Amino acid sequence: MRTLLVTLAIALPLLISGCSSQPAAPEQPGAGVEDRKPTAITTPPVVQPPISTGNVDPYDIAELKNPKSILSKRNVFFDFDMYIVKDEFKPLIEAHAKFLVKNPKMKMLIQGNADERGSREYNLALGGKRSEAVKKALLLLGAKEDQVESVSLGEEKPRCTDATEECWAQNRRGDMLYSGEY
Amino acid sequence: MKVRHSFVALLACAALPAGAQLSIEITGAGANRIPVSIADFAGERIVSQALTSVVRGDLERSGWFRLVEPGTLATMEPTAGNIADLKTRGADAYVAGGVLQTGEGRYESRFRLFDVPKQAALGGHTYAHGSNQLRTTAHRISDFVYEKLTGEPGVFSTRIAYVVKSTGRFELQVADADGMNAQAALASREPIISPTWSPDGSKLAYVSFEAKKPVVYVHDLASGRRHVAANFKGSNSAPAWSPDGKRLAVVLTKDGNSQLYTLNADGSGVNRLASSSGIDTEPQYSPDGQWIYFTSDRGGSPQIYRIGAAGGNAERVTFEGSYNVTPRLSPDGRNMAYVSRNNGRFQLTLMDIATKQSQVLTDTAKDESPSFAPNGRTLLYASEINGRGVLGTVSIDGRIKQKLSVQAADVREPSWGPQLK
Repeated sequence: MRTLLVTLAIALPLLISGCSSQPAAPEQPGAGVEDRKPTAITTPPVVQPPISTGNVDPYDIAELKNPKSILSKRNVFFDFDMYIVKDEFKPLIEAHAKFLVKNPKMKMLIQGNADERGSREYNLALGGKRSEAVKKALLLLGAKEDQVESVSLGEEKPRCTDATEECWAQNRRGDMLYSGEY
Repeated sequence: MKVRHSFVALLACAALPAGAQLSIEITGAGANRIPVSIADFAGERIVSQALTSVVRGDLERSGWFRLVEPGTLATMEPTAGNIADLKTRGADAYVAGGVLQTGEGRYESRFRLFDVPKQAALGGHTYAHGSNQLRTTAHRISDFVYEKLTGEPGVFSTRIAYVVKSTGRFELQVADADGMNAQAALASREPIISPTWSPDGSKLAYVSFEAKKPVVYVHDLASGRRHVAANFKGSNSAPAWSPDGKRLAVVLTKDGNSQLYTLNADGSGVNRLASSSGIDTEPQYSPDGQWIYFTSDRGGSPQIYRIGAAGGNAERVTFEGSYNVTPRLSPDGRNMAYVSRNNGRFQLTLMDIATKQSQVLTDTAKDESPSFAPNGRTLLYASEINGRGVLGTVSIDGRIKQKLSVQAADVREPSWGPQLK
């Protein structure tokens, strides 16, 4: 997990700063993003929410698939046996909450997951608490109840199947998925 | 939600190929095993041999017995000389029997059990059976011998249920307690968890994800028919039968968190049992039906609690450590098996309810899903060895151990069926 965070911390600002120099693809309005210099690797992977520059809408539906937009990021990671959303994921949740507010017809399914250790039933409940925590955060930020559904997959659908802490950390996760993605 | 075609096969009685059968390996035996000599049963050779080998296998694998060679002796009426010979071989008990063909595909099997030091017959039985009931008959003989010599009922005639996961496929299987006769009751591309036997042994309640979310089903094994017992908004899981088989305790998230409810086995009469702001899950009735034991993180970490079966105030049961889950009561209500985390290892643990003394029973690190044998002497559980899901059994003193595995697949979520009269 730590390596993943460090990689994100390096890669994200690079991606974002690189973005401003890239011309937007004609059929897909690019996200105008504040120019940011790469920061020290100890900084958590805080990504600035998209800021509109001119007539480009950072909350356009196409941004969900734009790898340069924060909206293309969907994972919220949790600590072992925890279901508190960590501060480092708050900008991500804020961006998706804003997207849901600006696109009231869009619907989201949040899938909560747990690592393989411990009881399957407890992990099913834990995944439920995780997806519910993401949902609550989105609702507090203005998303509507009928837009967001939370479910748990427990430990049944692991993304990574090695018995290592790195792998387990990837599986302790909430995924924010939009219609057509699940 | 996009509707995908989901593959679910309901199977009433589908025998599995030999490679899919559970294989059993003894990994620990009791300290004082009873030396018993089992003569080759007399009669139609191929039939009697099968019977004898099943009885020998049962008794030896149980960890309570050591087999002693009977030599050429094979009589149900041993002489004083025969007994003296058995004594010198070190046998404490002697079993002899025979099989008679009574008609087309019909047999009569008889046996007698002797106490060698006392030179006394301890009893015997005659069973009429068909050629497809050979193993069943042998298990009943083993049950008789086990009970006479150890004082507790045998569990060789019982069945177990478990889930086998191979690539992209989950199967709910039912097998004899020795792993033989495995049959699939349900096959699905989505996970199946938490199977549990109805007290009369005719049904399994379980959780299937085939509808892309957890739903509780009750499945009749003889007919292969099933019905939805709980499918509310959100997740439906962790079914547990009341001792009279009429109600199920389940966990629902329809009102928010994972919370405990009870309902009739047909899905009617839903009643909320408890309220907490955190997770409540894994209910299990005490054998007297008075209590429901469950896992909750209401105190900050997952611990075991119990509440009256009709509701009331919950009381905490486990206090040591920061992770105690999956409470399972022994049939006599004296012991509680559960999984505790110790230095990062998840281990099968046994608590004496009266003294609250606990003992870790295993040396594995990923134990889950304990289930008591109907005689309360052995626990069946899931674990992992070399990255492979296996089942284990362990006696409640931690000495007698077996490993049950399936070739090229993970086996998990075991549940030991009841003793049928």
